[in-house]
Amino acid sequence: MSAHSTYKPQNPVMQWLERRLPIAGLVYSSFIVYPTPRNLNYWWTFGGILTFMLGAQMVTGIVLAMHYTPHVDLAFNSVESIMRDVNYGWLLRYLHANGASFFFVAVYAHIIRGMYYGSYKEPREVLWILGVILFLLMVVTGFMGYVLPWGQMRLWAATVITNLFSAIPGVGDPIVTWLWGGFAVGNPTLNRFYSLHYLLPFVIVGVVVLHIWALHMVGQNNPTGVEAKTEKDTVAFTPYATVKDAFFIGVFCLFLAWFVFYIPNYLGHSDNYIPANPGQTPTHIVPEWYYLPFYAILRAIPSKLLGVIALLASIVLLAFLPWLDTSRVRSANYRPLYRQFLIVFFLAVVGLGYLGSQPPEGGYVIAARILTAYYFVFLLVILPLLGLFETTKPLPNSISEAVLPPGAATPTAGAKV
Amino acid sequence: MNAHRSFTIAAVLAASLSAGALQPAFAQEAENPPRQTWSFHGPFGTYDPGQLQRGFKIYREVCSNCHSMKLVAFRNLADPGGPQFSEPQAAAIASSFQVTAGPNDQGEMYQRPGKLADYFPPPFPNDQAARNANGGAVPPDMSVLAKARGFEVGFPWFIFNMFTQYQEQGPDYIHGILTGYEDPPPAGASVAPGKQYNKYFPGHAISMPKPLSDGQVEYTDGTPATVDQYAKDVSAFLMWAAEPKLDQRKRLGFQVFIFLIVLTGLLYFTKKKVWHDVHHPEVA
Repeated sequence: MSAHSTYKPQNPVMQWLERRLPIAGLVYSSFIVYPTPRNLNYWWTFGGILTFMLGAQMVTGIVLAMHYTPHVDLAFNSVESIMRDVNYGWLLRYLHANGASFFFVAVYAHIIRGMYYGSYKEPREVLWILGVILFLLMVVTGFMGYVLPWGQMRLWAATVITNLFSAIPGVGDPIVTWLWGGFAVGNPTLNRFYSLHYLLPFVIVGVVVLHIWALHMVGQNNPTGVEAKTEKDTVAFTPYATVKDAFFIGVFCLFLAWFVFYIPNYLGHSDNYIPANPGQTPTHIVPEWYYLPFYAILRAIPSKLLGVIALLASIVLLAFLPWLDTSRVRSANYRPLYRQFLIVFFLAVVGLGYLGSQPPEGGYVIAARILTAYYFVFLLVILPLLGLFETTKPLPNSISEAVLPPGAATPTAGAKV
Repeated sequence: MNAHRSFTIAAVLAASLSAGALQPAFAQEAENPPRQTWSFHGPFGTYDPGQLQRGFKIYREVCSNCHSMKLVAFRNLADPGGPQFSEPQAAAIASSFQVTAGPNDQGEMYQRPGKLADYFPPPFPNDQAARNANGGAVPPDMSVLAKARGFEVGFPWFIFNMFTQYQEQGPDYIHGILTGYEDPPPAGASVAPGKQYNKYFPGHAISMPKPLSDGQVEYTDGTPATVDQYAKDVSAFLMWAAEPKLDQRKRLGFQVFIFLIVLTGLLYFTKKKVWHDVHHPEVA
């Protein structure tokens, strides 16, 4: 997506097309010769994995939509008929349900990489913000899709989450009624969730295009956090990045296949095989695993309104990382203190995830409050101060200096294509 | 190392605070039903058709008096990966049930013998009738019951279950319920009238009277006619009812794994070859 294409087609048809719509040139410059830092590790493959998962979710989802019925009386049984009577319906559904979980595995890995290597810093702020928007869109889409099969926990999750809007002072209740399309979560709610669950993935595709566009404007970050300067620092996207991404997509699919074929219900809640019953509340309402840390933050705060604000802030604050983090050094590899605090931050999120799955009582609440406090203190206090006081390790002058033995004459890898 | 010390202090502090806070919450663990051996466990597990046929006999003679199984059709009894009755056998089973059909040309609903395409008829016309006949509790539909029941195993066991492919909480739970009745209840346990004490039922007071006793259902294949065996067989049958494509899933899964391992292996070596010169530049 860079401005100048070096693409010179030999084929007359392609020459004809290129003068009218330079799409082949766009692909050539964006995904063939596009320079990518030579020192990227496997954490950098999750972007490709996410693109792959988005495609897989859309393909399985579109076929599932052909067999699903969005009606409170029919939804549960239509999903069961997919499992029993549609050819390979069980495979489509387990792929889609576990695929959603693995989509989140990949996006969390992607976010961890971004935070560890400071990928959000100048000049990648817009790229990062688009990423946070993508994550928010994923959260909303995933949640609405989760509700569709209309099992017990799904109905009650929809009730709990839509009810969060009632915390808005003054207009909360009318907003909730408007969201429901009625006076309780019911058929209109299910219908609009279905409609939006089908719509939002296409919005995600649009933002992904912007995300990749922004990426190709500023180039990829890398484990040193030092910008690529010369040709020696980079290799061509194809074949180097493509084959590496393809390999790791294969590894990722192995993990996905383990869940889909051998433990397809491991990540789900058994209550979801009970048809939704508005007259009976489950003992403990828990969301899917990938929302648990945020659910724990919500419940850690005694006031409902503040809890909702904290829940939102926990995600939205991430968009402000480029300015909350005052350090000029990107990579945590050269920031010993930041590295420790960041790892504790990641562990705190995992801890919050565990606490989100437990009943909100006794020690669990206290632990959740401690970890929630750390979550926000890290983002709002530690990050800004650390950049001012931390002594960082000396940075290499270039990527090639960091990874190549002294005096190495690089074969001009980029030119090999 | 300043950084290390602050990290260690922070980590130890957080861990000890959390651990101290968590301790009281762990005291109230309920007893989980014991794990059973299932033929359908693990990557190569398959249903045992003989066991499913015995389980079906128990469902038919005992459970179906109160529990519906609305999502299972008679034709499924002859499906591959199921109890594997022959089609004439399944048709004969179907015709021994009366199903409501219609309306006919006179506008009346009528009863006729079941056909392969029919679903198992429910024992009660509606939930209200079911509740009325069962002391206020609706016997749950059994179509996906084996996936709708489970129990928490807690940390760290749930992590191990990921690797050991333990997906049989449902049948283990059903087996536990069927074998967990204690009459009289243990000392100190009070059971409300109309309820029974069950070791593995949450809260221990279950509305369902003890459904199985030794020798109640006749087995013709020499399998011991004990409550434990009945419970295993009917739990296996209910797992099949809930997950009829399990055999197909695990078989396809193995093929997919072979494919993915070969593909990923080839991609790995391709990657190694492509990147060789980048990782091993000539030194001038």
